[in-house]
Amino acid sequence: MVELQLNAQRGSFHLQINCTLSAPWTVIFGPSGAGKSTLLRLIAGLEIPDSGRIVLDGKVITDTRGRVQLLPGPLSSQRGVGLVAQQPALFPHQTVSANVAYGLAHLAQLDQQTRRQRVTAMLELVGAAQLANRSPRALSGGEAQRVSLARALAPMPSLLLLDEPLSALDAGARDQILTRLQTWLADQKIQTILVTHDAADALATEAEVALLQEGTLAALGPASHVLAAERIRLLTRLRAR
Amino acid sequence: MDWQALLLTLKLATITTAILLLLAIPLAAWLALTTSRLRAPIQALTSLPLVLPPTVLGFYLLVLLGPLTPIGRIIASLLGHPLAFSFAGLVVGSVIYSLPFAVQPIVAGFSAIDSSLTDAARLLGASPLRLARTILVPLAARSILAAAILSFLHTLGEFGVVLMLGGDIPGSTRTLSIVLFNQVEGFDYTAANRTAAMLLIFCVVALIAVYARPQTLFGGTNASPAATGDRNG
Repeated sequence: MVELQLNAQRGSFHLQINCTLSAPWTVIFGPSGAGKSTLLRLIAGLEIPDSGRIVLDGKVITDTRGRVQLLPGPLSSQRGVGLVAQQPALFPHQTVSANVAYGLAHLAQLDQQTRRQRVTAMLELVGAAQLANRSPRALSGGEAQRVSLARALAPMPSLLLLDEPLSALDAGARDQILTRLQTWLADQKIQTILVTHDAADALATEAEVALLQEGTLAALGPASHVLAAERIRLLTRLRAR
Repeated sequence: MDWQALLLTLKLATITTAILLLLAIPLAAWLALTTSRLRAPIQALTSLPLVLPPTVLGFYLLVLLGPLTPIGRIIASLLGHPLAFSFAGLVVGSVIYSLPFAVQPIVAGFSAIDSSLTDAARLLGASPLRLARTILVPLAARSILAAAILSFLHTLGEFGVVLMLGGDIPGSTRTLSIVLFNQVEGFDYTAANRTAAMLLIFCVVALIAVYARPQTLFGGTNASPAATGDRNG
């Protein structure tokens, strides 16, 4: 469960969020410029809010009044939040396997064999096992996004943030991976927040939907309720075709 | 040819370059990544030797490291002799004088690395040390190599700081540029020509090495289009 009380001014843009996200899978939906990516960066600890507090499963990870700002990372002393951005940002001088293993190096409880098994399992989960020894330079955009997803999953964070992580894949491949991913994340009890500006993506999942507009939360609830207007708009467009 | 001065000059440039790389890499990483208000004054301070006349720098170091200051007295009691007019003093002076030539290319190299890569490493729990060791240094290897070559060449040719701080002691502080100065002062233009040509050849060869270095050493500074997802597929 994530409790958010955030205020952040970025130029003329003001983000103000007060909510609790408790569903295992939440979709943050909103138009470009609504503040979705800023919100994820604040939760991940890559940015600090002007004021506010973030509590993850009872652990305060940001509190501007108490001067708490846990560092990003998967360790218990860190935030325990993973983020997959739209840009895969793979380390170009390391192989795909080394990229996926990067976040496991700090986890002292894992021996070498367990790490290797974890890397293989994560690559298989995202359908990228055949890419293990490749260089990121040799990957297509879609392949790079799959590897980036596997890299964020490998340390098994408490909270996974997905910022349009599979945008370079076609709809069929994206749905296939998301379905497999949802099952795996539910099994591992990893709470997930997915950002999208595509109403069809938001409606495709049986998730809680947070509607973000101009930096504020306009609605929070089941997709069928929050996105009723978007659903009608999509259906009208389909019928017109 | 004064082989003793040549060897001393090469030894000074090698030791100075090694020390500079050890200092410049962490300093440049901090300058490239920090949002601290101290960044601007620290960067200005490290750049000061670029604009300060070498004789001014040499004079202040001579005073600071001499027996009249507490620092100078402490160093003299530890080493058994004052730093001024010694090879160790020359190393200290050279490190300070060449600091911007080491720091600035490395800062530029680190700053050119896509911030999404450093963000990704931080999100995966990398400490600042691991971030520098596994991401910054390999991706900025070309800039670090350039910094090493520039620092070496700059030390090779320094004159003002060396003369002010070290004087002209054969085998201890007499470098090639001091030898050249002495040869010109003694109207021995044939010998001066040989010494100057030696320094010129060193510099030209090393600069060719900087500009002709492999463009893909460790993959350059930025992620490829595929690694950042610019290609579809």
